[in-house]
Amino acid sequence: MSLLSLFHRSTNRRPSRNPGRHKIHKIVGGIKPAANKARSLRSRIMSTPIPEMLVLPLLQHKGTPATPVVKPGDHVLKGQKIAAADPRGVPVHAPTSGKIIKTGQCTLPDAAGTLVSCLMLASDGKDEAIETGLSGDFRNMSKVDLVERIRDAGIAGMGGAGFPTHLKIQTSTASDIATLIINAAECEPYITADEALIREHARDVVKGAEILQYVTGAQQCIIAIEDSKIAALAELKLAIADSAIEIAIVPAKYPAGSEKQLVQAVTGREVPFGEFPASIGVLLHNTGTAFAVYKAICESEPSISRITTVTGSTLKTPKNFHVLFGTPVTFLLDLCGIDRVLLSRIVVGGSLMGNCLHDMDAPIIKTTNCLIAGSLEEFPEPLTERACIRCGFCADACPVNLLPQQLYAHCRCQSYQQAKDFGLIDCIECGACAYVCPSHIPLVQYYRASKSVVFQQQTDRKNSEKWQSRFQFYQYRQKRESEQRIQARAEQPSHPQQIAQAVFSREKARQEISEAVARVKARRANLIATSTLSSPSLSSPSTEPDEKP
Amino acid sequence: MFPFVNTAYFQIPAITLLSASILWLIYITTRYLRNESRQQQRCLVDQINALLPQTQCGHCGHPGCLSYARAISTGAAINQCPPGGQHTIQALSDLLNETAEPLNPSHGNHSEPLIARIRELECIGCTKCIQACPVDAILGGTKLMHSVIESECNGCDLCLEPCPVDCIDMVPGFTGKQWQWALPNRSDAVESEIGEQV
Repeated sequence: MSLLSLFHRSTNRRPSRNPGRHKIHKIVGGIKPAANKARSLRSRIMSTPIPEMLVLPLLQHKGTPATPVVKPGDHVLKGQKIAAADPRGVPVHAPTSGKIIKTGQCTLPDAAGTLVSCLMLASDGKDEAIETGLSGDFRNMSKVDLVERIRDAGIAGMGGAGFPTHLKIQTSTASDIATLIINAAECEPYITADEALIREHARDVVKGAEILQYVTGAQQCIIAIEDSKIAALAELKLAIADSAIEIAIVPAKYPAGSEKQLVQAVTGREVPFGEFPASIGVLLHNTGTAFAVYKAICESEPSISRITTVTGSTLKTPKNFHVLFGTPVTFLLDLCGIDRVLLSRIVVGGSLMGNCLHDMDAPIIKTTNCLIAGSLEEFPEPLTERACIRCGFCADACPVNLLPQQLYAHCRCQSYQQAKDFGLIDCIECGACAYVCPSHIPLVQYYRASKSVVFQQQTDRKNSEKWQSRFQFYQYRQKRESEQRIQARAEQPSHPQQIAQAVFSREKARQEISEAVARVKARRANLIATSTLSSPSLSSPSTEPDEKP
Repeated sequence: MFPFVNTAYFQIPAITLLSASILWLIYITTRYLRNESRQQQRCLVDQINALLPQTQCGHCGHPGCLSYARAISTGAAINQCPPGGQHTIQALSDLLNETAEPLNPSHGNHSEPLIARIRELECIGCTKCIQACPVDAILGGTKLMHSVIESECNGCDLCLEPCPVDCIDMVPGFTGKQWQWALPNRSDAVESEIGEQV
């Protein structure tokens, strides 16, 4: 072995010690908060008993709400479609058999506490499922057919944003997708739904990932998981043994599981401003979505349930539930043995990006991945905000390389243009900056408020441009109409002599017409007289050409 | 340079090239300067008009937003636009370097965006509201029921006045107003402390 060979890069590279393990790129910034995940992972996933009343909102996803196809009083079966959707939305299915009591309004468990119309379903406890068609091997089905089935199953992204899955797939078939990433990097504290799902249903998740890879035509499929999830990782390694799917182990760091950060960590490429990952040939789906796709295609079960983590220090037995959509939050909390005296607030989602629950009776919807019933000790009142000391900790923590202290200064004095110039729209609202801030400044709240003002300004500007152009057309039309009116009036005779002339010419025309008619009649009579002598078939008056006056 | 090379051969192309590049430089500099001055002279009326809400309601006493923008550019008060509210007044004062006075109540009060809705059973089909609507957001024919296209209505309430049977209501509707996060509120003590330091 010569010394030179040390400097040459061997073309025949040594096989990796971990076959199927993907190379990981650096994640900028980020924080490592206390995970608080162990307590909800102590027990296995539990299927909830069927609650007496299910509240099914017609808008559980991003897009347009579904329209009901059943009436109050109808009896429905488990898995029956109860609300249909247009191509931009997803339908809603009955999670169990029962009777539709009424249509009403309910509060969604989102930050705004949006009021949406919903269907109330009283379960009959029999849980009768609707007859479904046989499900064969997905590779024998056409891609269009599969997308149709995914849409009909009502699957929307289960990571939290709730974007309809079929739309994501359809945009991906338009552009070339090289990499499909299944996001199992659940980096936010408290949430363990995906981890529990992989621990117990790794094979199904992998199968769902294979279906998604087949449908999107991606060349490679990578399941991204954090290195802290040891049990789930072991299960996953077993499950992918006989498939082409790779595993990417990302460091346990918040926010590694955020869409754009994960794309950067796995592929080393940055998603451009204002674009989706599909623009650089990457598609992301959540683990829960992959599982729902598996259920829809291989078991013909539409999206009627999900895995939701129910945790928090006020619960006796925090755990992961296999819960039907429409189950009220209180029902789940009671199952875990909630201590209502200690309860301070309920957070939907993780402790960093989640929001407070507005209504205890709000239902679990397709995007609810976690409920935290926290005590005052767990979620203390926010400390008094102090002045920014420009320590720069926030800039180090920011995963998108922004300057949070600059943004804060601009947002505070409502200079939105400057804030935009400093990349306000790029902020993913992960909350890492507020977490590290020694002055306890609620930075993310400032950014969120400013962002909503900026978006409102954008819609206002769009509206005003629309109204302006419509008004300009209105003015143009008015002008044109008045000109036409003037022109018409000018053409009409006004002078007595002109009127007389016009009357004369009209009378003259009438006279000419009557003369012409008389002439035609005379000729026709003449013709009939002659034709009776020669041949009667020529006498048809319609064959005669009209003479013009 | 070697002594046997005649340098005269290089002089002509060199001088041509040099002069051409100088001419080109002069050309792009003048073009740049001309653009700059055009930018500065961009009509003030257009800039003001871009800040107005374009509801064309005429509450300011001018027929349409453009004529109000023209009036402002010649010195009219900037606090006469009720649909724009304090937001528009602030933006105008920033642009024109004037003091932002509160909205003049004689022109109306700022309210959340509303849209017109016709009580269709009472409509007699007179087409008067159709003619009044500045954004052509009302559909209907003579002696036939009229209806407001809600997505196009800007809530200017110009259709209310000509209606002979008063069958038009202003109702809160979807006008692109979204739910917003609120800015964190702070106590005055904190505000003063921060005010001293920032």
